Amino acid sequence: MGSLGQLMLMRLRVLWRQPEVLFWTFVFPVATTLVLGLAFRNSALEPVRVAVADGPEAPALLARLQGVPELEARTLDVTEARRQLARGRVSLVLLPGSPNPEALVDPSQPEGRTARLLVSQALAATPDMPRLEAVKATPVSEPGNRYVDFLIPGLLGMSLMSSSLWALALPLVAMRGGKLLKRLAGTPMSRAHFFLAFLLARTVFAALEVAFFCAFARWLFDVPMFGNYLALLGVGLLGAMCFASLALLVSIRARSEESVGGLVNLVSMPMMFLSGVFFASENFPGWMQPFIRVLPLTALNDSLRSIMLEGTSVLTLGAPLAVLAVWTILPMVATLRWFRWV
Amino acid sequence: MTPPDELAIEVKGLVKRFGDVVAVDGIDLEIRRGECMGLLGPNGAGKTTTVEILEGLQEPTSGHVRLLGLDWKKDATKLRQRIGLTLQETRLVDQLTVEETVRMFASFYPRSLPIEELIGMVQLGEKRQARVGKLSGGQRQRLALALGLAGDPDLLFLDEPTTGLDPQSRRALWDVVAELKSRGRTVVLTTHYMDEAEVLCDRLVIIDRGRVMSRGTPQDIVASLGVEQVIELEAEPALDLERLRPLPAVVSAQRHADRVTLRVKELHVALPSVLREVEEAGGRLRHLSTRRPTLDDVFIGLTGRSLREGAEEKAA
Ligand SMILES: Nc1ncnc2c1ncn2[C@@H]1O[C@H](COP(=O)(O)OP(=O)(O)O)[C@@H](O)[C@H]1O
Ligand SMILES: [Mg+2]
Repeated sequence: MGSLGQLMLMRLRVLWRQPEVLFWTFVFPVATTLVLGLAFRNSALEPVRVAVADGPEAPALLARLQGVPELEARTLDVTEARRQLARGRVSLVLLPGSPNPEALVDPSQPEGRTARLLVSQALAATPDMPRLEAVKATPVSEPGNRYVDFLIPGLLGMSLMSSSLWALALPLVAMRGGKLLKRLAGTPMSRAHFFLAFLLARTVFAALEVAFFCAFARWLFDVPMFGNYLALLGVGLLGAMCFASLALLVSIRARSEESVGGLVNLVSMPMMFLSGVFFASENFPGWMQPFIRVLPLTALNDSLRSIMLEGTSVLTLGAPLAVLAVWTILPMVATLRWFRWV
Repeated sequence: MTPPDELAIEVKGLVKRFGDVVAVDGIDLEIRRGECMGLLGPNGAGKTTTVEILEGLQEPTSGHVRLLGLDWKKDATKLRQRIGLTLQETRLVDQLTVEETVRMFASFYPRSLPIEELIGMVQLGEKRQARVGKLSGGQRQRLALALGLAGDPDLLFLDEPTTGLDPQSRRALWDVVAELKSRGRTVVLTTHYMDEAEVLCDRLVIIDRGRVMSRGTPQDIVASLGVEQVIELEAEPALDLERLRPLPAVVSAQRHADRVTLRVKELHVALPSVLREVEEAGGRLRHLSTRRPTLDDVFIGLTGRSLREGAEEKAA
């Protein structure tokens, strides 16, 4: 077997023989997703909570509000009601008054607007003119449209990013600290083979990661798969290669695990928020979009999401895949050029 | 003059600076093919820096280096295939076994020795399946040596190969060096053990503070001191060094704790006058011995410091 094979075996053995690495690769991302998935599981919409300030007219107002199923109303002392509004426990406080009661809302609470509409509708209704139900509401919670469906591909992308970055950056820096890189630099080892072995060994584990993720997304959350599993795997592996290549780049100089840890966070943190893991990246202002588009995690997440949820064919994902390819090749070239071996 | 093609290593005016620190301050070396050359010096003398420049791992600030008639700037790949090395310290991959590690290193060389033979040479046969993380310090150093030999090198560099080693590992290393020499390979090693240098090395270069203090065969270097014998003695009350120094045939006098070390030319001239001095001081001899001078005496003679002091400082 040639040196590339031997170097790959070295990486696989190191990963395989360290149970803690397996834990961080498989158990941890899955456990995180499980917790997040449970937190954002779709349940029936909670009713909006409102308070009526105590007073002679309060019982009458309360009775009218209680007729609305989407509202959960109760009477509170006015100071207490204001405090609960400030803490977000109620979305609206109704102060009885004549001729009309006054509604207090907190502009920073999105529920406030819903509460105001529901309350005014309830108060406007009279016994002979009941509340209008012109539009029938059907809750959408079919697989494929829920928040957890949005979340799963993004979490897969994020997990591929962080495991690729950490699983390469830390051992490389440790090898530099222990002079193993210097020792290898004293042999005729092909340096391209060395880096390639890290990338390829990483894709072996990334393949397991993707398979694991798909299986439990399907079984636990019933996340559908509208596209092709092979396409998803291929994109996932390209993503893992891309972040592995970035991991080489962040490790080109660092000597201590602390300093490379800082760099890994510097690279991954912004993408965790910008690249549509927890919410769509379209929420950011338009001038940021061109920048967000060319981030590797955006490209990966968008591709994974559209394969999984829209059944998009890989052939139409040219642009994001090109972004991933560029982010794989450029860091690799820079690494070959500037990597510090001694 | 040695014909240039007989030289395995040729170094002229080598200088290496790290900021204000001058680690190597103008060293010249000529190392012949098939010889074992020892670089001897205390800690911080510049030994590691010098060999790492020869190994192509560090760039010299200035100076000229040629190995096997080749140049690091032009023939780096070819040179890496023909040299072997051990670093002063290397942390190998703990999760791999001895055999896996050797096999990986062997795969880097176009012409490598068989895995079995490499493991056998350093007497790690029983540990073949052991994880590197579980080896003792001496076993790791022997493994490092096997890795240095993996490419069947023409030129082997060993940086403090036996520092802190157990006797078995030391012997194993000595045997390997002897074996290489018998096959006409060139070995460059650094050490601060005199006995090792005297046993293994055909020629020595003594360096201190980045400069060559002395060079030649171990015998020549010792002879150049102009000292034939060393007298060690302890007396009560303690002797006055100032009174011993001017005595006939005494070259130098030093005190270490209660023990006085005198380096002398002719023992038969020096000894009677030294004994007379003890008697005149009204003292009593508690110890007296004589021995042949060693490289350590040479080093003290050259620098006023012991080679071993450096080693002990490091261990402390
Ligand atoms: N990378 C470096 N940066 C700064 N100073 C260094 C570096 N490497 C060696 N030195 C200094 O150069 C001198 C020689 O070091 P070294 O070659 O390791 O000596 P030796 O191997 O003989 O103990 C020492 O003073 C050491 O501190
Ligand atoms: Mg050294």
